[in-house]
Amino acid sequence: MSRHERPSSETAPRPDADGIDRRGFLECMTWAGTGILWSMSGGVASGVGLGRALAAEPVKALTFLQISDSHVGFDKAANPDALGTLREAVARIRTLKEKPAFMIHTGDISHLSKDKEFDDADQIIKEAGIPVFYVPGEHDLLDDGQGKAYLDRYGKGAKGAGWYSYDHGGVHFIALVNVVNLKAGGLGNLGVEQLEWLENDVAGLPSSTPLVVFAHIPLWTVYPEWGWGTADGLEALSYLKRFGSVTVLNGHIHQVMQKVEGNVSFHTARSTAFPQPAPGTAPSPGPLKLPAGELKKNLGIATVNFVRGSEPLAIIDTPLEG
Amino acid sequence: MKRSRLPLPPQVAALAICLALGALATPAAAEEVAVSIDNFTFTPAEVTVTPGTTVTWINNDDIPHTVVDKKQAFRSKALDTEGKFSFTFTNAGDYSYFCSLHPHMVGKVIVKAGG
Ligand SMILES: [Cu+2]
Repeated sequence: MSRHERPSSETAPRPDADGIDRRGFLECMTWAGTGILWSMSGGVASGVGLGRALAAEPVKALTFLQISDSHVGFDKAANPDALGTLREAVARIRTLKEKPAFMIHTGDISHLSKDKEFDDADQIIKEAGIPVFYVPGEHDLLDDGQGKAYLDRYGKGAKGAGWYSYDHGGVHFIALVNVVNLKAGGLGNLGVEQLEWLENDVAGLPSSTPLVVFAHIPLWTVYPEWGWGTADGLEALSYLKRFGSVTVLNGHIHQVMQKVEGNVSFHTARSTAFPQPAPGTAPSPGPLKLPAGELKKNLGIATVNFVRGSEPLAIIDTPLEG
Repeated sequence: MKRSRLPLPPQVAALAICLALGALATPAAAEEVAVSIDNFTFTPAEVTVTPGTTVTWINNDDIPHTVVDKKQAFRSKALDTEGKFSFTFTNAGDYSYFCSLHPHMVGKVIVKAGG
């Protein structure tokens, strides 16, 4: 159906000469099957199959993981056992040859912000045996305190609704919260206080510092009809313009999608719980019920590699099966 | 049991709920109106009621939603599948509401005397 589709081959997807074009990028998320390694160089993305990527594995890389949208507590037809598939994702992490430095979770840890859901998620995620950095999804702020339960558990040392930054291996990581105070008819929202904090946070950094920004809802506008975007995302990105390498990692849409714009590369991760339809392909973004055997090909984790001292950044999306 | 799988257009399905609830309501004051949530949509998206009417929202999706008035007259907790929320409108006026989880979901209750 699309020139980007690579159901089973190891061949590299070939973006247009000028990178991924606007017309094409929505199609890119239909990829399923084997992982694809993306490396960014001079704003041009190129992909190679997972097999080749592993063969050419860089020696000195900072590797970290992204998991997203575990929705612990979800038990509907699309996946009656969201806890079980999270367990499988963590088991997969434990089999990685090179132990990642840490993991980021881009939100919707729980389905309904219940203590038991958070407890169950924590229990399984800690089995990965690496530090975890969280941001909340809208499903994590459904307690009576509208986010107090999340902050009590995951927000130590964070500002405001749970945003923070840290450095690792020469990379500056920025965790943003765009699921609070959403406005009627609107998209994700960062808010003035957080934007001011962000501007100050990066003010003292040399432009050569690689940045990784993560938040639950995509910071770029994926599909406003379904609320898939962040109203003040462009403002946030404007503070990051001078940096040579910016990687934006999001969740929320339960499918892999990527885009490169200048020095900024955007990537969304699969869920560990259930897939959601491609934009506009269903009456609503509700959980996608797949035929038996297809589910785990559409759930998964992402591995991110930074090769120090060189430009490329690589993201490998690995489904739970297939 | 997913209401969204009914072959009826959502408006007709919602009307059927309204009629069913209407039949149960006591004849005097308390009127009841139902708004169903199907496929991330409030149906009907706009209802006009008289003061004293209780509106009940029912979530038929397999994802939670909320019902939140823009001016904070009411705010539901997260409604899981088949979860319900009711609010009795005593004062006339326009109430624009949305789902705080999926803010592209919007609806309106118009409360006015007579009719
Ligand atoms: Cu909703």
